[in-house]
Amino acid sequence: MNTVVEGFKLMPIENYIVLSALLFVIGILGVLVKRNALVVFMSVELMLNSVNLLFAAFSVYHNDTSGQVIVIFTMVVAAAEVAVGLAILVLTYRTNHSIDINLLNKLKH
Amino acid sequence: MSASAIMFYIVGALVLTFGILTVFTRKIFRAAVYLLLSLIGIAGIYILMDMQFVAALQIVIYVGGIVVLIIFSIFLTHSAGERLPSRLPKHLFWAVFLAATGLLLSAHVIYQFNYVASTIAPIEHSVKNIGEQLIDFRKYGYVFPFEVVSILLLSAMIGSIVIAMKTKKQ
Repeated sequence: MNTVVEGFKLMPIENYIVLSALLFVIGILGVLVKRNALVVFMSVELMLNSVNLLFAAFSVYHNDTSGQVIVIFTMVVAAAEVAVGLAILVLTYRTNHSIDINLLNKLKH
Repeated sequence: MSASAIMFYIVGALVLTFGILTVFTRKIFRAAVYLLLSLIGIAGIYILMDMQFVAALQIVIYVGGIVVLIIFSIFLTHSAGERLPSRLPKHLFWAVFLAATGLLLSAHVIYQFNYVASTIAPIEHSVKNIGEQLIDFRKYGYVFPFEVVSILLLSAMIGSIVIAMKTKKQ
């Protein structure tokens, strides 16, 4: 256990935050650029994971297990989100025969 | 530079590389596989932080559950080997511009902030400690969110069944 805390003294927490920020930015790029709904889902998963990583890093940094408890909750919410989202996608494919997100503007008309 | 720092840089570079490949590959099945490798890399970073329990959860929930679900829906909605349409350059420019601006702003804040290390004695990140905090009903306990999340899971399960169910034609 001491090795981890010493490791954080050797390697500053900025590295973990920057890694999370980069992963989050990659996810944002995917959401903004891609038009396939499944790739957008994968990008959202990447963003959720980057936030989880940040919670875990601060959990070690502050010597508090609360961060890891929140990581578990985030994973549960992500699993629920993916289950409902993919069910909606399958339904969309059944009616539109495409999962292009530009087709999902029926609420506008 | 210590061995754990070198390991961190290697695993972090792998996670970022596979993340970029997930977003920018043209074949959707490969995107799912790259996402899987990126998630395994994140589990490796958890192990580097001495959180074996969270790493195991990451593998079980994300790699074993969510990625398999995504691959199933790829099979349900795509014909195999289909290429994704290429993206619009103008769209790409604004997306990269917004993302880079956000990254620069947050990097500025990250490097300006003065981090104060905790003075509390290190606690063990064991399953016992996490579990006790998860179902503790006193101060700093998480039993109420735990119950709420269980109801959320149940309703998501029923909801996804109802949404994807085929209705009988009258």
